[in-house]
Amino acid sequence: MSGQAYRRRDSRTANERAEETRPMISVRNLKMGWGEKILQEDATFDVPRGSTFGILGGSGCGKSTMLRYLVGLDKPMAGKIEIDGIGEPDLEVGRPRYGVMFQSGALFGSMTVEENIALGVKQWSDVPDDCVAELVAKNLALVGLDGSQTKMPSELSGGMKKRVAIARALALEPHLIFLDEPSAGLDPVASAELDKLILRLCHERGTTVVIVTHELESIFAVISDAIYLDKQTKTILARGNPRELKQDTSNPTVHAFFNRIARDT
Amino acid sequence: MTPNAPLKLDGAFSIDEVGKLVRALDDHRKALPSKGEVVVDLEGVESLDGASVAVLTKHLRDLERKGHTIRIEGGDDRLRGEITADVGRAATAGEPTPGFFSQIGTSTLAVYGATKDIFSFVGEVVLSVIGVAKEPKTGNYRDVFRIAERAGADAVPIVLFINFLVGFVMGFQGAKQLKMFGANIFVADLVGLSVTRELGPLMTAIILAGRSGSAFAAELSTMKVSEEIDALRTMGFGPMRYLVFPRALGLMLVAPILTIFADFVGIMGGLVVGVTSLDLGVRGYIVETQKAVTAWDFNSGLVKSVAFALVIALISCQQGFSAEGGAEGVGRKTTSSVVTSLFALVIVDTLFTIFFRAFDL
Repeated sequence: MSGQAYRRRDSRTANERAEETRPMISVRNLKMGWGEKILQEDATFDVPRGSTFGILGGSGCGKSTMLRYLVGLDKPMAGKIEIDGIGEPDLEVGRPRYGVMFQSGALFGSMTVEENIALGVKQWSDVPDDCVAELVAKNLALVGLDGSQTKMPSELSGGMKKRVAIARALALEPHLIFLDEPSAGLDPVASAELDKLILRLCHERGTTVVIVTHELESIFAVISDAIYLDKQTKTILARGNPRELKQDTSNPTVHAFFNRIARDT
Repeated sequence: MTPNAPLKLDGAFSIDEVGKLVRALDDHRKALPSKGEVVVDLEGVESLDGASVAVLTKHLRDLERKGHTIRIEGGDDRLRGEITADVGRAATAGEPTPGFFSQIGTSTLAVYGATKDIFSFVGEVVLSVIGVAKEPKTGNYRDVFRIAERAGADAVPIVLFINFLVGFVMGFQGAKQLKMFGANIFVADLVGLSVTRELGPLMTAIILAGRSGSAFAAELSTMKVSEEIDALRTMGFGPMRYLVFPRALGLMLVAPILTIFADFVGIMGGLVVGVTSLDLGVRGYIVETQKAVTAWDFNSGLVKSVAFALVIALISCQQGFSAEGGAEGVGRKTTSSVVTSLFALVIVDTLFTIFFRAFDL
């Protein structure tokens, strides 16, 4: 759980209610790319609080670049990103305010699974050292990997690495996490388990989850709201719930993506 | 084949017999007049695989470029359509190889970019040191001792061995010259001064660059290409404070200690030569060394060694951070870290020599 004390719903103040409707991330007039290569001209969208938000699109459309902007690893060419309660994303030294899972997991190869997850907790929280192991075990159980504490990342499969990376991203109980291609390269069962985990996070903890993906099954299983980035027009071609976008035939590119239709060659 | 006769292809063409097709097309080209229409007759073609289509397409495109017009007749509609489309499409061989001047320009810009990167890296390191001084909690001290052990304690045997031999060789080379003047005893002065002021710190630094600098570069560039450095940043750990700070500090701590060992065994190397081939006594050699080598000679070597360690750590970490691509990038940056470090060590050593000479130190 997110660690918040229990509070009756009707005791919320007006301010708190207004807060709940405020978007978690708001992106305004974002220009994305580098040098002469432009990926998005003028992207504007909001990520609703508590949603599982998908950044979708074909290969090379700039999904992962968008993620790097949202987490603050790269600065946009123009435009503004604002994360609720944080302002512009930045990566200053200090307690991180959101968790990030990278495509490859990006676990620290010289550390055990336990050390990977405990690193941030030990540095940035007051959790006593003898309780950190307990917290690590709890997070590993959440991703279904309890008992792997002493393993090195090189001993884990691709799917296990990603799950440990999610446990690491969740260790400091953030309200917002970013996942880059969580189910890419996983077998169908591992992929389904990961989808279930993401949904549980969202429902039980109220975590806002931003997912970059192009795996259709996962998109329909977990994503409540999405944007579709298009490489050709350099715009956001569609916005909404993936199931509704699948039915929408107004745009052939979006329709082809959600219905897995091959382009004419 | 007579001029203007159609190019008539008969039978089955496959990659296994593509040589036959190439020869037939060559004969066809040689027999053609300089301009005019070329008719390709596919009527007799039984089959034509991808490789054969590619060879035919290349041939027809070359003819078109020379001013011929192409007309394809007969055969399967789909095959005809495919060849027509392939001929019409510009060859997509990727970007052309840049010319001589363009390559010079690109390389010059790359040197400029690399220099800028090194300066901005040094700037970031300075900022991170200020940051650690302000918030000591954010420094990564745990790794300092691990790195000091790996770069220092583990390097002791090789430092001892190499520097003993350096002292030994110096002694021998000096002895040959000094013997001529009957100045045998001055071998102690020669070896003592060269080792403490110059060779001890420099040889130790070269070993550090080869052993630890390359390890830093390989480790950090692997972390860079596997997104670990990005992950560290998103977890609130500045890579400068977490990765560069302990490496630089660890190396700067062990370099003077290793240099003290190096000085000691270097002098021992000279002593062995003195005693075995110059008829000098152990005591006499040591007393002469003590007379020749002042405290400053010794300390100046230690000061240099700290500066060398800093240079090696910064260069190898910077090279590691600038890695791109996969395994190849890691290898390239590891090599480049050692080469750049050695180059920089010689430059820094020269600057020290000029500085010490200018101030008569």
